[in-house]
Amino acid sequence: MPLDRAQQLEMFRRMLRIRLFEEALIAHNPVGHLSIGQEGAIAGACMALRDDDYVTGTHRSHGHPIGKGAEIGPLMAEIFGKRTGICKGLGGSMHLTDTKLGLICESAIVGGGFPLATGAGLSAQVRGSDQVSLCFFGDGAVNQGTFSESVNMGAVWKLPVIYFCENNGYAVTTPVEKSHGQPEIARRADGYGIPGVVVDGQDAEAVHAVTLEAVERARAGEGPTLIEAKTYRFDEHSNRLAIPIEYRSKEEIEHHRNERDPITLYRAVLQTRDLLSEIEAIEAEVRTTIDEAVEFAKASPEPEMSDLWDSMYVNPISAPAGEGEL
Amino acid sequence: MTMRNATQKLSYLQAIVEAQREEMRRDERVILMGEDIAVYGAQSLFDEFDNKRLRNTPISENSFVGVGVGAALTGLRPIVDLTIASFCYLASDQIINQAAKLRFMTGAQLAVPLVVRTSTFYNNRTAAQHADRPYPLFMNTPGLKVLAPSTASDAKGLLKAAIRDDDPVVIFEDINLWGKKEEVPTDEDFLVPIGKAAVRREGGDVTIVSIAGCLPHALSAADALAKDGVEAEVIDLRTIVPLDKETILTSVAKTGRLIVADNSHKVGSVASEIAAVVSEEGFESLKRPIQRVAAPQVHVPYNAALEKRLFVSKDRIIDAVRAIT
Ligand SMILES: Cc1ncc(C[n+]2csc(CCOP(=O)(O)OP(=O)(O)O)c2C)c(N)n1
Ligand SMILES: [Mg+2]
Repeated sequence: MPLDRAQQLEMFRRMLRIRLFEEALIAHNPVGHLSIGQEGAIAGACMALRDDDYVTGTHRSHGHPIGKGAEIGPLMAEIFGKRTGICKGLGGSMHLTDTKLGLICESAIVGGGFPLATGAGLSAQVRGSDQVSLCFFGDGAVNQGTFSESVNMGAVWKLPVIYFCENNGYAVTTPVEKSHGQPEIARRADGYGIPGVVVDGQDAEAVHAVTLEAVERARAGEGPTLIEAKTYRFDEHSNRLAIPIEYRSKEEIEHHRNERDPITLYRAVLQTRDLLSEIEAIEAEVRTTIDEAVEFAKASPEPEMSDLWDSMYVNPISAPAGEGEL
Repeated sequence: MTMRNATQKLSYLQAIVEAQREEMRRDERVILMGEDIAVYGAQSLFDEFDNKRLRNTPISENSFVGVGVGAALTGLRPIVDLTIASFCYLASDQIINQAAKLRFMTGAQLAVPLVVRTSTFYNNRTAAQHADRPYPLFMNTPGLKVLAPSTASDAKGLLKAAIRDDDPVVIFEDINLWGKKEEVPTDEDFLVPIGKAAVRREGGDVTIVSIAGCLPHALSAADALAKDGVEAEVIDLRTIVPLDKETILTSVAKTGRLIVADNSHKVGSVASEIAAVVSEEGFESLKRPIQRVAAPQVHVPYNAALEKRLFVSKDRIIDAVRAIT
């Protein structure tokens, strides 16, 4: 089913939240790997999921919870390392995991999420639930052994998993063509006997449509789909990383910023549908949300040493004598 | 219902299968995954349980352990059989970076009720790539619980406790004990508490802390020593993490002498950690230096006679006791 008007506006809202959340980070707390430029792929995929569907993400972790609809304040506070953060200030920028919305991990170990997403799919299958599991990963992660191992298990057992590649063309400085013997990622699906689909990641509605089809297949017990969304990161690999070489041209970056910005493109689409006043209301609302989140984060307390011990085990092993006070 | 005090004669390996059967019957969230699991004792489970809950996996250690982690995060209680402990290294990313850390890194939003079973395959002429006893590696990983049972009853009771525990547990099964039979409780709620060592023999002259397959050697060494008038107290560690310091320190306070028998490599071993704990917290009780009886820093050879000499034996324990009494 195509998105109705309210859903279209919600998708726009989530894309804009990712953008402004990260612009606020650049201004106030410059850490992390930004998803600016990739918002269409993330929000498009998430809008095809239910709240109780599972998601695993990556080091580029801010977009996934926001795309899934998470509350912004605790995410911002997490980046500031505060106790009110979604992970109590213990996870931070690469690990914004909000389990209330089915996020079960944002793995900073590249490729670490494939098995977890596959396991969540297995769990849904064993429990007889119709939940699905969506695994976000980068083009670089495809070269990890876990990709092959996990996609194969998903295929063999027909698990309800969507393997969703945010192909932004580069792993740090390494272009896809220089690190993949066969650079068309979606074609890898054939090696496991599952469908592989390519989609323009800057077109949020197109992403939504292919993801929805994959979700429906998964819910129907027909197994996994590999989706390759072609996208682009506008900023440096990481906010804190100075890269001494020019591995992509200024023209290439400018082309994407000017012609291929998923938010600009979708705003124009919604404008043709006479939604300008709604868009403007959302823009004002999101600005306020982000400003309030920054204030909340700044005003929040720091975590305590005891929070470390309290987060280790469900059935605790008490802090060895003396060590709790370190 | 079974009788409270009823027992059944089982080998260590059969006890493990029974533990899994009972827990799979009791709780439908329990599943078992691994390579060719039928070959490693689980064939009788295939007659009883749905294929959905018994998964023969492809040879993809890192990912099928990770699949277990993902399933544990989302409502199941998986047992993942890593067959041979040397294969832990392939799965160590998912065990250490995911299973052990996810609860912490999410500020306790998540729980990982996962059991990783694996067996230490030494003294079996499998050579260096199959014979490791890598539990010290996991002792050095906060977030895990680490078990090493040395009797059939403990193998059953600790595995059942691990399956019911809400944290990730790695359990090392010692193949040198697989065939050992004893009377094992049949009560479905028979559990051995995680974190409690067992005093297997009382004595006032020297404490021998034994890990996993060292136990039979420690007990026969104690019998031999008793003939010469040296009474050894033998503690079976059972749980490596959390370490039962209290039982060890109480015994050393009484005996003033400590031997630790550990088949892992000596440097950075569990024996090393126990020696450090006793030095820090029980130094005043010690009459003589602590002795670690462990495998030296060489790899396990294929040659059976040489292999045997690397590991803990009755004679090596007796020599260590003699050196400090
Ligand atoms: C196992 C592992 N190896 C290397 C790294 C360092 N690293 C972090 S991100 C990254 C590139 C990942 O590229 P890709 O999967 O395309 O994701 P992107 O950063 O483009 O979103 C690398 C090499 C890591 N975090 N984990
Ligand atoms: Mg990339």
